Formats: sequence, C-alpha cells, structure tokens
Amino acid sequence: MIEHLPALIIAIPLFGAFIAPLFKKKQSIAAVWAILITAITVILSLMLMYQVRLHGIIVYVFGADKPTIVLPSGYKVPIRIMFEIDGIGAFMAISATLMSFVGALYSYSHVKAESGLEKYYALLLLLEVGILGMVLTGDLFNLFVFLEIAGIAGSALVGFRNYRGEASEAGIKYLIVSAVASLMVLFAIGILYGEYGNLNLAYISRQVSLSTLDMIAFGLLFASFAMKCGSVPMHYWVPDAYTEVPAGINPVLLVSTYASLYALFRVSFTLFANVSISLERVGWIMSVLGVLTMFIGVTMALVQKDVKRLMSYHAISQTGYMLLGVGVGLTVLHNSDALAEFGRTAMAGGIFHIINHIIYKSLLLMTAGALFYVTGTRNLNEMGGLARKMPITTLCFIVGAAAISGLPPFNGFASKFLIYESSYRLNPLLAVFAMVTSILTLASFVKVFASAFLGPPLEKFENVREVPRPMIVAMVILALLCILFGLFPDVVLNKIVYPAVDALINVAQYQSWGGLA
Amino acid sequence: MISKLVTGSGYWSPLLWLAFLILFTLIGYVIYSRGNPSYKKESEQVKPYLSGNAEPSKEKIQVRASDIYWGFIEALKEYYKVLQAIHTGDVRDYILWYLGVGTVILFLLVGGA
Repeated sequence: MIEHLPALIIAIPLFGAFIAPLFKKKQSIAAVWAILITAITVILSLMLMYQVRLHGIIVYVFGADKPTIVLPSGYKVPIRIMFEIDGIGAFMAISATLMSFVGALYSYSHVKAESGLEKYYALLLLLEVGILGMVLTGDLFNLFVFLEIAGIAGSALVGFRNYRGEASEAGIKYLIVSAVASLMVLFAIGILYGEYGNLNLAYISRQVSLSTLDMIAFGLLFASFAMKCGSVPMHYWVPDAYTEVPAGINPVLLVSTYASLYALFRVSFTLFANVSISLERVGWIMSVLGVLTMFIGVTMALVQKDVKRLMSYHAISQTGYMLLGVGVGLTVLHNSDALAEFGRTAMAGGIFHIINHIIYKSLLLMTAGALFYVTGTRNLNEMGGLARKMPITTLCFIVGAAAISGLPPFNGFASKFLIYESSYRLNPLLAVFAMVTSILTLASFVKVFASAFLGPPLEKFENVREVPRPMIVAMVILALLCILFGLFPDVVLNKIVYPAVDALINVAQYQSWGGLA
Repeated sequence: MISKLVTGSGYWSPLLWLAFLILFTLIGYVIYSRGNPSYKKESEQVKPYLSGNAEPSKEKIQVRASDIYWGFIEALKEYYKVLQAIHTGDVRDYILWYLGVGTVILFLLVGGA
C-alpha cells in the first residue's frame, strides 16, 4: 500500500466526491462522509511526509509496470504521467488535507440549514483533489488539469449560496479570473511543449534556456499564478470570493490559493532554475510584489466594515509576507554565501508563513462565520458586546488576531520574525514595510475586537448563544495549533519547513527524479 | 533542550518568553490585588452619567466600527481615494490589471533574455 500512497491520496477524496451525491436524502450522512474521507487524507499526507523524510523524493509513475519506472525501456524521454513528491509537495499536501478536514468538521453545523449539501461536500472533496493534484504532480499538463478542477470546484462553492446575488456574482467572477489564468497557463505549457516535445516538469527544467520563447512562457506562468495567489495588483477577486464563500470552505479555498503560490515557487525555482541571470530579477519582482501586496492589503482592510471582507484583505496582505520571504531567497539563489547567510532563512520564513497563515486565517474566518451564524450579519457596525455571549469564539478570535498580528508567542510571530531578520539583510526597507504592516494588522484586529466583541451588551443579541459544538471543536483545534506552532517553532521548521525549503533549493535532485534516472 | 528559533542573526526562545510573561503577570496581579477595593459593581458607579441624566440605549452609546480610526482614515484621505477608485468590483478591470501586470513582467523578463 505504501508504494501507492501518492495515487491513494488523490483516489480516496475523488471516490468520496463521487459517492457524496448519493446521500441526497440524508444530508447529515454526507457531512459525516466528508469528515471521514478528509480525516483519512490527513493520515495519508502525514504518511507521505514521513516517507519523503525517510527516502527523499517519491516518484510515482502511472501506467508503468512498477510505479517507480521513470523511463520505459528504449526511451530517452519520460512519456508517462507521474507524480514527483518532494519536501515542499508533502508540506503542501499536509496543509491541504488538514484544512479540508477542519473545513468539513466546521461545515457540519455551519451549513446544516442549507439545501444541496450533498453537492457542497462533493465539491469540497473535489477541491481537495484539485489542490492535492497541483502540489503532487510532476507533469505540467496535469498541473493545468488539477488547476482547472480546483478553480471550477472553488467557484461553484463560492456561489453555493446562490439565493444571495452577491454570492452568485462572486462565484462567476472567480470562475472568469480562474479561467483566464488557466488559459494563459495552458498557452505557456503549449509553448514549452512545442519547444521540447515533453510535459514532464523535471525533464523540461533541464532543457530550459534563456530564449525569448522560454521567457514568454515564464512570464505567462508567473503572472497567472501571481494572480491566482492574490498578489497585488491582481488581487481584486480575493475579497469577493472569500467573503461570499461559506466559512467552512474558507480554509480549503485558502489552501487552494496557496497551491497557486506553490506553483509560482515551483515554476521559479525548479522549472526555470537554469535561467540564473534572470532569477535575481525575478526574485526582486517577487519581493516588490510581496511588499506591495502586504501594504495595500492591510490598508484596505483597515477601512472595511464587513468582517469577512476585512479578513479577506488581510489574507491578501499576509500573502505578501510569503512572496517577500521566498522572493528574498530567490534573489540570492545563485549566490551561495548570501543564500547560506540569510536566503535560506528568508525562504523558511516564507514557507513557514504559508502553513501559519492557513491556520490562523482559517481560524479568523471561522470566527467571522460564527459571528454571522449567531447575528445574521457581517456588518461590524451592527455588532457589539458579543464576548459575553460567545466566550469560546472570543478566545479563539483573540488567539487568531494575536497570531496574525505577529504577537509572541503565537505562530505568526515565529515566521514573521524569520522574515524580518533575513529580508533586512537584502534591503532594510523590505523589513521596515513588513513590520509596519504587522502594526497596521494589529490595529485592524483591535477594531474588530472592539466593535464586535467589546462594548455594552446589545438588546437585539440578548438571546444569542455560543455556536454549536462541531464549529467550536474546529476553531479550538486551529487555536491550539496557533499556540503549539508558536511555542515549538523549531520542531515544525526542522520536520516540515526546512525539508520543503531544501527541496526548492536542491533542484538537481528533482531534475533527476530523486536520482532514479 | 529549550525550544529555540534560530534566525542567523540571533535566536528567539518562546518558552523562556512565556516563563517571563507568567512571572510578570503574577507581579501585575499582586499589584492589582493591593489596589483600592472600594469599586462596587452593583452600585451607581457603573452608570455612564452621575448627573441624573437618563441613560441612552446601549445601541446609541456603542462605539461603531466606522468610528474607529476615523482620524487615521481622514489623514490618509487622498491615499484612500486612489485606492478605492481602483477597487471597482468590475471583473473586466480585474482582467485588465492582469494583462497590464503580465505585460510589464514579460517586458522585464524578455528584455533580459
């Protein structure tokens, strides 16, 4: 079974997605089914990470006699579909499965009153399949296919509450943006296929040169994935989508966004690793986009009155930290001294921030979902004094808000600290912007805390009660992770973050399919 | 071995920080507990007006989200004017921005090829 782990981790949620519509008449069973399937994928992703740590890169070839046969006899180029899983792929898989599980658990109560839940859970599982496929594949065309699966499932979920005009509008916008980005990705893949006659990522990465066609393909891939991960100034779809999607889907949609960020990193570090002259320039582009993203995201968040929209702008802002951290690493990738001194640390900060942000932003969006669940509004002006009525949600919010603001000892501080200390070495201004953004983030969450949770108890919320237990459990799991990742950052860094960073840096191993060929 | 976050320029020890936080919280509590005990929750002390004026409804005295950071937003009015003008909510603009940024990135990359 272990040797088929990469196939199973896709096949099981796919099977789950196709079975879910059968529970149309018993929708609570569909919820339990989704929780069960996502729980299994969490276990599989942990096993996958263990295997990657134990044996290095895992190569799984579909359609071969043995899943490890990369090249059929007599061939010099790979012709089969394959998954190639290294540290960063396994890291992203853990993030995807964990958030799918937490999202399914939260959804059990959160969307109980809605209809069409069998489709909801089928789409949730399909979204998980799309993300997992994107982060595990070693083939460019499959990357496109899984990107499409994630995009279509995601847009259907954004528009799930189709009785609300805004939700339908947001769903269509997300679909259009995803379709345009996917089309350009396909165009870039077509260019590379036309040039090299192959779709295998590792194979093409060895052939890529500084030709104009290659650079056009690189530019198209870079811009498309930058838009899909919500980089400023291509971030406009993010607040629409994150605000309208049901809160239980927010964690999965967040990971879906970061699957595109992963693709951006994979393209920059692996596919175009040979283009060393341009990589420094690309690193600077990434860092500058990062700074713009974090600053514009947070200043837009400060003026929002809709609690989910405010948090959505923060999601944009936090993506800036990841771009900055990894961008600094990319800038000095071919300068071994600088890479050892601060580049690797900056990348670790950026990658660590991905999982930290997924955890605390999911927690915050869930608390926003809890506020909507009990008050029926997302408008902060209409809320107040809810801390007395919802003590556990309030505590979870405080943990999430402290984490996103980079307050010690929560997880957000750990990754931001790495980014500050390393980006400063490339250019002090980068670190200054990162710190100012953190201060503004704290200010913004003080506003949410003061207006929604503090203040006198309002008469209209006299009968409000704490949210149901499954929602609480999902929030508490994430709050505990915020604390644990903050108190023991070295454990997370050594077990999953540095292997992911080294996988991006050591491209030669990826190019030789982990040494198999 | 105490958990440490090594950055290359130094290190951060979260558990040590937590230990100090607990210590200072205890010191703070000791100071607090020695404070003036005359405050009474169920008395007139908690009312907003001691003058005898009628208390307005809770909804009216609540500080709303829009009121918070009013001065900050007013000071940066021109910045926000530009920022809000580009957030049109029109999906055609979303695609135009993508095409614009994509073109700039292509020029930067192809220019160096």
